Amino acid sequence: MADCGEPDGPGNKDDITRSKNEGKELTKEEKQRLRKQKKHQKKQKERKNEKGPSETEKDKTPVSLLPPPQPVATQKAPSALPAPASAPIPVPASAPFHSSPAPSPADKPAKSKAELKAERRARQETDRAAKQPGSSSSGIKTKVPLSELNPVVKRLPEHVQVDDPAVVKRLAKKLERQQIPLRSDYGYKVSLFSHLHQYSRKAPLTQLLSIPSTVIHPSIVRLGLQYSQGIVAGSNARSVALLHAFKQVIRDYTTPPNEELSRDLVNKLKPYISFLNQCRPLSASMGNAIKYIKKEISNIPSQCKEEEAKTKLLTCIDRSSLVNNILCEAFEKSRKFRVIVVDSRPRLEGREALRRLVQRGISCTYVLISALSYILPEVSKVFLGAHALLANGYVMSRVGTSQIALVARTYNVPVLVCCETYKFCERVQTDSFVSNELDDPDDLMVTRKGKTQLENWQDVSSLGLLNLVYDVTPPDFVDLVITDLGMIPCTSVPVVLRVKNLDQ
Amino acid sequence: MDKDELVEYFRTQVRQDPEVPSAVAAIRTLLEFLKRDQTGETILGLRENLTQTIRRLEEADSSVAVSSGGELFLRFISLTSLEHPDLSQCKKVMVERGELFLKKISLSRSKVAKLCHTFIKDGAKILTHSSSRVVLKVLESAAADKKRFTVYVTESQPDSAGRQMADKLQNLNIPVTVVLDAAVGYIMEKVDLVIVGAEGVVESGGIINKIGTYQLAVCSKAHNKPFYVVAESFKFVRLYPLNQQDVPERFKYKADTLKAVEDLAEEHPMIDYTPPSLITLLFTDLGVLTPSAVSDELIKLYL
Repeated sequence: MADCGEPDGPGNKDDITRSKNEGKELTKEEKQRLRKQKKHQKKQKERKNEKGPSETEKDKTPVSLLPPPQPVATQKAPSALPAPASAPIPVPASAPFHSSPAPSPADKPAKSKAELKAERRARQETDRAAKQPGSSSSGIKTKVPLSELNPVVKRLPEHVQVDDPAVVKRLAKKLERQQIPLRSDYGYKVSLFSHLHQYSRKAPLTQLLSIPSTVIHPSIVRLGLQYSQGIVAGSNARSVALLHAFKQVIRDYTTPPNEELSRDLVNKLKPYISFLNQCRPLSASMGNAIKYIKKEISNIPSQCKEEEAKTKLLTCIDRSSLVNNILCEAFEKSRKFRVIVVDSRPRLEGREALRRLVQRGISCTYVLISALSYILPEVSKVFLGAHALLANGYVMSRVGTSQIALVARTYNVPVLVCCETYKFCERVQTDSFVSNELDDPDDLMVTRKGKTQLENWQDVSSLGLLNLVYDVTPPDFVDLVITDLGMIPCTSVPVVLRVKNLDQ
Repeated sequence: MDKDELVEYFRTQVRQDPEVPSAVAAIRTLLEFLKRDQTGETILGLRENLTQTIRRLEEADSSVAVSSGGELFLRFISLTSLEHPDLSQCKKVMVERGELFLKKISLSRSKVAKLCHTFIKDGAKILTHSSSRVVLKVLESAAADKKRFTVYVTESQPDSAGRQMADKLQNLNIPVTVVLDAAVGYIMEKVDLVIVGAEGVVESGGIINKIGTYQLAVCSKAHNKPFYVVAESFKFVRLYPLNQQDVPERFKYKADTLKAVEDLAEEHPMIDYTPPSLITLLFTDLGVLTPSAVSDELIKLYL
């Protein structure tokens, strides 16, 4: 039957009514479920009301005396019921059916009057108990493990569900509440990565902001622009800039009356973080930094005066660039070595690194990543920076890193990853598809001799430009991770996380 | 207790009981030094003296185990709260901890043997390398468990240590065959598993052992045979070599060679490094570990 009214399935109803018959009190979860069932049934009834006004609806009053057509209705929903023989099948759900043309009563499984009476009584007790919410539940609290009744659903982060319209709608509503404009995706997305955002650099988020905007602090707006235009790039630089901006925010913050600093400041930070996320997705190190700040803020005792609290927060904030530093320090210790800088389009970040190294006087060679297998035979060690280290030992870094690690492994060259422990995160990822960042696809266009290739890529309907930012390297390709705690193998990241959590 | 007395004491320990691991002998020496030492005024001074003693002992016996055992001993005794105002009180506490440590590690070999011998099935053919007392203990307990197996031992030049191992096994009535070092690839298809000892276990989970172990590991990997390492936990050392070159020179050669010879490039190294990717499991007194778990244990011991 199209309008099968069994919402939760007969199995659950069996449980409840069985327990009712045995005279036990309902637990809170079961009552909740009952309430949900009733609501659902009411909705069903209303729907039926619109459809068939001829149906004389029986109210869901439990004390209704069920006329003989009832066994008819019972048979009407055989698909929903496990076996007609199962006795205490709650029949209020079948109430809407009773008016439909009934087949001859002779075919029905004979439901004796006694059984009907028992069902009625069970229903009455159920509803009576449900109508007294708190009083009876406090008496007996049977410890039903919540996981059986309300299965915990792990939520995927919304930034990897862009092709799911429900999630996007939810995000839009959330941003509306925080008064932050939603940044729209740009261009045709390659289907394998359609679950990620893809923004254009030419349409910054701030164009949609109204001035003066009271919600977002100006230093945060500036930071967001710097992120989205790529002025501040690199994991360390972004985290440091974020912390500076937060310091400014804390300095300018005043607690509104009747509010606690610890709670209100955290709430103020939420729209800032959403805004920054819209400008450019947060990195793992930034996530850790934000977690740390939030923890510090919420740990501020409520008696603390505002000035004290602010100074305390400012002091605790106060502490790829990494690989460059390592090389420069080694050079100062008069170690003789030569550096080969491997660079890749479209960002060409290697040029900046090259410039800094040459200024120090280190002899360098510069190649593009396509020449990797050509130069590797003369390399003794490979140093890589990391954006984040995941809990299963995978290294998340700039796209191209895993390629270098792979080729180095085949040449038996040791690969060393340099990463501070604040970049360690609890996430687990085994491939680069699940969670990544798509940069502006227009970056892939290159202008040479006045001609721009791919200028009209949007017009070609079957063409998609993919500009990935990160990739993930498995731990088998990495020989050693150098951290501020010492040298550890790649698989020991969760141990360090555990040790650090204990410290905190 | 001056330098020569120390070394004498150490050598007597080794001579009296040839079964004792060199690290245990070193730790006994250190404990003796601690008991007899009168010159220490502060705890820092005491620790300085102990570190110097470890250096002296390394000069006498350059194996990795002495170095690692000494380090761990030092860590273990200083891990308690030494808040007593009186130095002799502190020393007493440290000596007690030292005795405790010594007792624990004297039992470690039997713990390892107990864990490992269950992996030897009836009718197994085992390949081992050179002479290792831990492996001997393992095979002993397996034989005592009424298991039947045959052992192939590599000769292990330049000191033919494999032949001594073969003699000891014959005394236990275990059928044993000595093979050439070069015959490892030849014999690999016949054996079921490979068990070796270790002189040191490094942070990455790899091992440092008698020269020839790396070859053995590569061959067993190529034939898909399990490669087991048995080692006590005091052999865990804070080194991280990435290849054979990274192993420090002071471990590669015997102590006398280091002192006598000028140009080490002419000398044959006595040990080599086996990377963790070739090792299946490590049996230690802390349990049965995979190579990646070694780093966990080291972090727990040292951090």
